[in-house]
Amino acid sequence: MSPFLNKIMHNRVVITGLGIWSCLGTSLDEVTKSLHEGKSGIGMDLERKAWGYRSGLTGVVKKPELKGILDRRARIGLSEEAEYAYMATLEAMKNAKMDMSWVEKNEVGILYGNDSSAKAVSEAIDTIRLKKDTTLLGSGSIFQSMNCTVTMNLSTIFKLKGINFTISAACASGSHSLGLAYLMIKWGLQKHIICGGAQEVNPFAFGSFDGLSAFSIRENEPTKASRPFDKDRDGLIPSGGAATLILESYESAMERGAPILAEVVGYGFSSNGEHISNSNVDGQVRSLNMALNDAGLTAKDIDYINAHATSTPGGDLAEATAINEVFAESKPLVSSTKSMTGHECWMAGASEIVYSMLMMQNNFVAPNINFENPDEASAKLNIAKTTTEKNIDVFLSNSFGFGGTNSSLIIKKIK
Amino acid sequence: MTQAEIIERINAFLVDEFEVDAEKINPDANLRETLGLDSLDYVDLVVIIESNFGFKVVAEDFINIHTFQNFYDYVGRKVAEKATV
Repeated sequence: MSPFLNKIMHNRVVITGLGIWSCLGTSLDEVTKSLHEGKSGIGMDLERKAWGYRSGLTGVVKKPELKGILDRRARIGLSEEAEYAYMATLEAMKNAKMDMSWVEKNEVGILYGNDSSAKAVSEAIDTIRLKKDTTLLGSGSIFQSMNCTVTMNLSTIFKLKGINFTISAACASGSHSLGLAYLMIKWGLQKHIICGGAQEVNPFAFGSFDGLSAFSIRENEPTKASRPFDKDRDGLIPSGGAATLILESYESAMERGAPILAEVVGYGFSSNGEHISNSNVDGQVRSLNMALNDAGLTAKDIDYINAHATSTPGGDLAEATAINEVFAESKPLVSSTKSMTGHECWMAGASEIVYSMLMMQNNFVAPNINFENPDEASAKLNIAKTTTEKNIDVFLSNSFGFGGTNSSLIIKKIK
Repeated sequence: MTQAEIIERINAFLVDEFEVDAEKINPDANLRETLGLDSLDYVDLVVIIESNFGFKVVAEDFINIHTFQNFYDYVGRKVAEKATV
């Protein structure tokens, strides 16, 4: 650790609110039930097939109805993913007992993961081409089109006065948003930060990804298509929505009388320094070890690992190898909730913390559905094939993204 | 399109899109104050006029539009000009 960091504050960082809007449900209760039942949120989008997609498989996410909840000015700047993020944040702030009058008088920040707003951008360009007139895009287009659409809009709607920016780190965006929020609070730079991840779900967003043949084509069995770690996996299924977590210093949470749900104790990160899309065991192992070191824990202290595993042949193989390298002796329970949700991409690193928090609060490990036969690497892991009733004191969640960006977070129950 | 139809259509989109209380709309009321328009809202007004009446408002035209009646008259003139052309 640098001499600088030794001199500054080391606050404890706790989670006081959760909110979720996903293909598993649009409230914490609904999602908890889906996780416990091992219910898949995957279906087919026939529009994608009409567009020439190789795979029409997708997470099926409900669209929120915001008219009557938000005024016109607030609504028209919201992209699809920002609408999801608004709903998740509303739930998280309510659960954290953060009302608007308190927020307006305090310095609350926002760090949120998002890495595209393809639908808004594409529709705007279509309008310009058709009308030959940029004014006819209307005033909301710019606020929907920028990558920071979530933080830009939510900071305005919720009147936030603290740190305010978006983290774009491919499929690790949501996880890094929590990691950065954790560091800022730990070091005393902020007391309360809204963080999370959002992902649009539409044909504009995933065409280039589909073009890489990265998606499963098991279209005759949508709910069986996402099968992380299974030897017959044939690709991921794009999905999305939004997940929000409220992070704050322990002292702040105590002062406010907020519900303290768990403590963020470790953040590890690394870059592979290699291929743009292929996974790398060394990079993942460094991220895992850094998180353990930061938490002051050893491998045997981890009760559950929520794996990044997306159901791609190469990615899952690398992660199973990395997990086995670090956890070979203790063999904690492992599951990839992407078996139910599909790959929530920019949102996944945040949503998977929410899913794992719900498991921790309700004493179970959600199943890695469709895990029927292991491959050589996954056979060495302790994968939860079915829902397992279990006390979780400490869990770890992995997120890895294109460009070789890796993030691992460790969360501990408050006792 | 008659002037009455134009007024009816304008009032409908102001209530629906701009969420103004229908009771607050009257010919002599100030358009900007009643709708609470800021500079961004004027851009949306341009879009909605184009989609409803098929012509593009230029920003300078708004200078002389103060009341709802001014607005109805302006749109009526433009629709008539378009029909003539």
